[in-house]
Amino acid sequence: MSYKKLTEITELSEKRHIPFWQAVLEEDMIERGVSREDSMSRMEYMYETIKEADENYDPALRSASGLAGGDGGLLEEYRKKHSSLLNDFVLEVMEKAVKMGESNACMRRIVAMPTAGSCGVIPAVLLTYMKHKNPGKDRIIEALYVAGGIGEVIATSASISGAEGGCQAEIGSASAMAAGALAYLEGGGNEEIVHAAALTLKNMLGLTCDPVAGLVEVPCIKRNVAGAVNAVVYSQMAMAGVRSAIEPDEVIDSMNRIGRLLPTCLKETGQEGLAITRSAQKITERLSITDL
Amino acid sequence: MNLFDIIGPVMVGPSSSHTAGAVKIGLAAGKLLGEKVVSAEILLYGSFLATGKGHGTDAALVAGLLGMKMDDENIPKSLEIAKERGLQIKFGKADLKDAHPNSVEMRLVGEHGRKLSIVGESIGGSLINIAKIDGLDANFSGDFPTLIIHNEDQPGHLAEVTGMLARSSINVATMQLYRASRGGEAVMVIECDQEVPEETLEWLQKADGITKVTYFSLKEPEETR
Ligand code: SF4
Repeated sequence: MSYKKLTEITELSEKRHIPFWQAVLEEDMIERGVSREDSMSRMEYMYETIKEADENYDPALRSASGLAGGDGGLLEEYRKKHSSLLNDFVLEVMEKAVKMGESNACMRRIVAMPTAGSCGVIPAVLLTYMKHKNPGKDRIIEALYVAGGIGEVIATSASISGAEGGCQAEIGSASAMAAGALAYLEGGGNEEIVHAAALTLKNMLGLTCDPVAGLVEVPCIKRNVAGAVNAVVYSQMAMAGVRSAIEPDEVIDSMNRIGRLLPTCLKETGQEGLAITRSAQKITERLSITDL
Repeated sequence: MNLFDIIGPVMVGPSSSHTAGAVKIGLAAGKLLGEKVVSAEILLYGSFLATGKGHGTDAALVAGLLGMKMDDENIPKSLEIAKERGLQIKFGKADLKDAHPNSVEMRLVGEHGRKLSIVGESIGGSLINIAKIDGLDANFSGDFPTLIIHNEDQPGHLAEVTGMLARSSINVATMQLYRASRGGEAVMVIECDQEVPEETLEWLQKADGITKVTYFSLKEPEETR
């Protein structure tokens, strides 16, 4: 059975004296009836795949609509050639988030985590951490279990689908998952992990899903940056000892209620928000499918 | 939902429903035909029609017909690959009523002349439902080996089929029955826990009152790429 609450994971972890990530691993072994090695090598494959996707980014690629592509290249150049307000770590998180989102739009191979639209958030944070802090591959794989455990709770108690819960369910979930993973990598325990997730998710509540022309491009790709940087910043707050005043599981419950209350026109139907602006209409007309 | 539905799946973008799900529908359709596809009429409906082009739904459906899976990096090139292999493709609009918003109708012809028409739906994440086969209701996910038997709506056929499965030591996971009209054409959709052996399929094909046997196997087709 998937975990329905973060406290189910933390309680098991405390009772059995195992880390958060291992409680998630053990649940996977039971749920799918697989060995520890099977589960961990599958997670390693996910890590290798995001690494490969990031390395294979091609700034010359454009999506079928012509809307997406190239911004990852711009950010890389900016990071390398200009002095910025931000440090290299944050700049690279931004860059990798955009690159993965663009690769997805350009039909490259990615890992949906939790969804294809939000596929840049967790890789941006983990791959940048790997590059700058080199904690070793095993730690990154463990961090992916931490992210997965948080995602599982959100998926069972709320939603990870934009059509069901708005973008808070996609970029919001990814951001909370990344924040927990990062808190773990930074040496945080259960308390830091769940509060990093909660602090991060609270900033994403109510986020609408209103992509232009129904494509996973605008605002999705650039929104991966918001999700990733949000995770970096709030996991730091959690590490500093700041705690969410609202219990982490209650934040997830709120997200669920808000998702239900969000009108359908703002849940991946293209009927409102950014999707019906004049700019969006022009794009939609240009993409009309008459040539099918 | 398991952990690797959250951290995963590995897929070619951009959309789990419009791209990954579409590959799965194409793959299921190709397997159901049971022989190399030589011509395909692909009729899009709803959101597949409206946003399919930008999501690469057309390329994804064809990739599936060619035997590719949702993580195959050749998906974007599937239309050219189809041409090279002599697979004729025609796209159009589907004339469906009250269908799921992400639906496609596919009319396929195989190299030995076998014909099949299906309606597939991409129902969220990368999950799919095969809603119709040859115009009659079916509804199955493709997560199990599935047997689809078109038969005359007369007493006894059901017992005959399940009896044969029992003799082949095949456990039935779920079973659905549909019919066009009383005494007309009926369909059994049987999801099994085990693969159905070739001999059993042949026996069923020859049995009285059974007009068509279609089998969806999880095993890899002989000829993929
Ligand atoms: S706007 Fe909608 S489609 Fe885009 S990432 Fe957010 S939830 Fe996904």
